[in-house]
Amino acid sequence: MPEENRFEDSFAVEGGNFRAAGNVSGKIKRILKSIGINDNVVRRVAIVTYEAEINIVSYARKGQIVVSVRPDLVQVEAIDEGPGIEDIELAMQEGWSTATPQVREMGFGAGMGLGNMKKYSDAFHIDSKPGVGTCVKMQVFNLEKMLQPDYWLKI
Amino acid sequence: MNLETIVKELGLKVKCCPESLGREVKGGYIGDLLSDVIANSKPDDVWITRQIHQNIVAVASLKDIAGIILVQGAEPAQETVEKAAKEGIPVMVSDLGGFEVAGKIHRLIF
Repeated sequence: MPEENRFEDSFAVEGGNFRAAGNVSGKIKRILKSIGINDNVVRRVAIVTYEAEINIVSYARKGQIVVSVRPDLVQVEAIDEGPGIEDIELAMQEGWSTATPQVREMGFGAGMGLGNMKKYSDAFHIDSKPGVGTCVKMQVFNLEKMLQPDYWLKI
Repeated sequence: MNLETIVKELGLKVKCCPESLGREVKGGYIGDLLSDVIANSKPDDVWITRQIHQNIVAVASLKDIAGIILVQGAEPAQETVEKAAKEGIPVMVSDLGGFEVAGKIHRLIF
């Protein structure tokens, strides 16, 4: 496969630091744009990365976001050390949230974050251990690439 | 329609980035829930909100929003203005409520 648009990096996210919230997603968006990833993919990655970052800031002690770029997809993994999620099915329901009143006052914690991550990614998987942490893995497909007739022959 | 015209027509106070007021506005979005705005706003929208803290700048920047209008005379936090200056995103203030601001801008654009 050609080496175009390949990239992998990991970024630390500090729990509780709302002043820096959004910095990592902003950085990732700028990198994707600079290496020529198409706008639709960049927009969706920006949404899912921002939501993942906000969740780490809102709930976890610390975490990291790992982004891997291939010509046909961008993968975002958000891994945190925090309270974890007791009931993932419940947490996925829109409007359900354990956010504190302070977090809600800022307009976060509306119970839409995980839903947005699932909606704006093409593949979504969440794994969590209460008391240990949560890992959310998401992929955003670059359909333009995937639908090129000879693309799969080059892999 | 650019931001400068909207500022003039609505008598907005410009808190940041007058140099970016030439930016084209294609639509708008109103919301105080950041997840709602991040999911549903579009690039080149003007964002009407009552939130004043600095995280609104991160959302606007990620979504390529043209500018932020704070309603009911709400003053942006100092960090919000500083961050917006870094990102080049105009922050404006109206004394009107969100409904009136949206109505006036809608009439101007469409």
